[in-house]
Amino acid sequence: MTAAPITAARCGLYACRACGLVSRPAQAMDALACARCGNDLYMRTPDSIGRTWALLIAACILYILANVLPVMETGSLFGTQTDTIMSGVAYLWTSGSWPIAVVVFFASVAVPLLKILALAFLLISVQRRSAWQSHQRARLYRLVEYVGRWSMLDIYVVTILTALVQIQSLAMIRAGPGAVVFGAVVVLTMFAACLLGQQRSVHDATYGLSGLTGADAGPPGGSGRGGFYFALKRFVSLPT
Amino acid sequence: MTQHSHLIACGECDLLQRKVVLPMGSTACCRRCGARLYRHQPDSVQRGLAYALASLVLFILANLFPIVVLAIQGERYDTTLYGAVQALWHQNMEAVAVLVSVTTMLMPALDLGIMIYVLLALYLGRMPLGFSSLLRAVQSVRPWSMVEVFMLGLLVSPVKLMHFATVIPGIALWALGGCVLLLIAAAGAFNPRDLWEQEVAR
Repeated sequence: MTAAPITAARCGLYACRACGLVSRPAQAMDALACARCGNDLYMRTPDSIGRTWALLIAACILYILANVLPVMETGSLFGTQTDTIMSGVAYLWTSGSWPIAVVVFFASVAVPLLKILALAFLLISVQRRSAWQSHQRARLYRLVEYVGRWSMLDIYVVTILTALVQIQSLAMIRAGPGAVVFGAVVVLTMFAACLLGQQRSVHDATYGLSGLTGADAGPPGGSGRGGFYFALKRFVSLPT
Repeated sequence: MTQHSHLIACGECDLLQRKVVLPMGSTACCRRCGARLYRHQPDSVQRGLAYALASLVLFILANLFPIVVLAIQGERYDTTLYGAVQALWHQNMEAVAVLVSVTTMLMPALDLGIMIYVLLALYLGRMPLGFSSLLRAVQSVRPWSMVEVFMLGLLVSPVKLMHFATVIPGIALWALGGCVLLLIAAAGAFNPRDLWEQEVAR
């Protein structure tokens, strides 16, 4: 492989995200759709960075609330006991099943927090149009997208327990307000990740078209950008 | 718009490459970054359809039978998936009930339904109506289908009740376990890009 990798973007071609067809867009920047499957080649979501920030900040506030409010209320003959996420983990740890305590801790406490931090980091790097570690950041995004869903675990555990333990005289388990808030954190971070994903396609399209107008068609070696630069256009900045 | 159907751009690094005719059952990888480009598997429609149909059968079973049974002082309490959602609804936890039912019932059902419809039409040698929008719909439905996470929840919750009652796995638990595995296999065989290539090759 020579120093100048021939990428679709560099040739002014665009690969459709849905069906993979490589095509050369005709003229106008707006209303571009894939000729084969009709998917948008150029997706412009107005102010998507601002909206992603809004979702992330809301998720951050709710994450704190979700850890403070009780997710589960257990009523028994001996009175009512409320459990937060952390006290649930502590109970699992002390009652002898530490592997499960570790799983629940990762899914409900560590994953949402790391997801919020990772999305904030990616968003900042998009805004700063940074080219640093682009390949690794693209991987981070895919990891976040994949791992995020597992934080629904606690919601499901509460659902199953509430449905099962409804023995009027003996014990009652109810879902607490923390469960609602926690569910909202999961949904908000999923939407935020989705919006960030659209952000990347905006840049893809811009880049693919800039190659067409010749703005970026110079020799790639001369611009000082390495091969990994092109991994960057998975979702991040595209200095023109 | 000029189409270049003989070219393929790597999904990872965007390297432009010429497509080659692959021997049966092999996979083309990007020469720069090694990412998978496309496969040549002529039976992927049949296999995907088989997995998806089997998964649908187990999914229906998982929704009809109790998932777990709680045995306490000689009495038995059980719950189905729908019963669990109902319990939450009656506790004024409507938002959580909706979230749980959408992620464990509606979205997996949509995912399976679309896959079966598209694959069945292709199997019968027809172009399914709304092929392109259905393929796109599957991509946006999938992140919200969380049966495997629910499965993990089912394995964790008995531990919380260990000191309190005996928990017996219900029929639906086994069905759901099989459904998760088959759903993953079906999703692996149902690759929108490969399906497009096959459609064009026809």
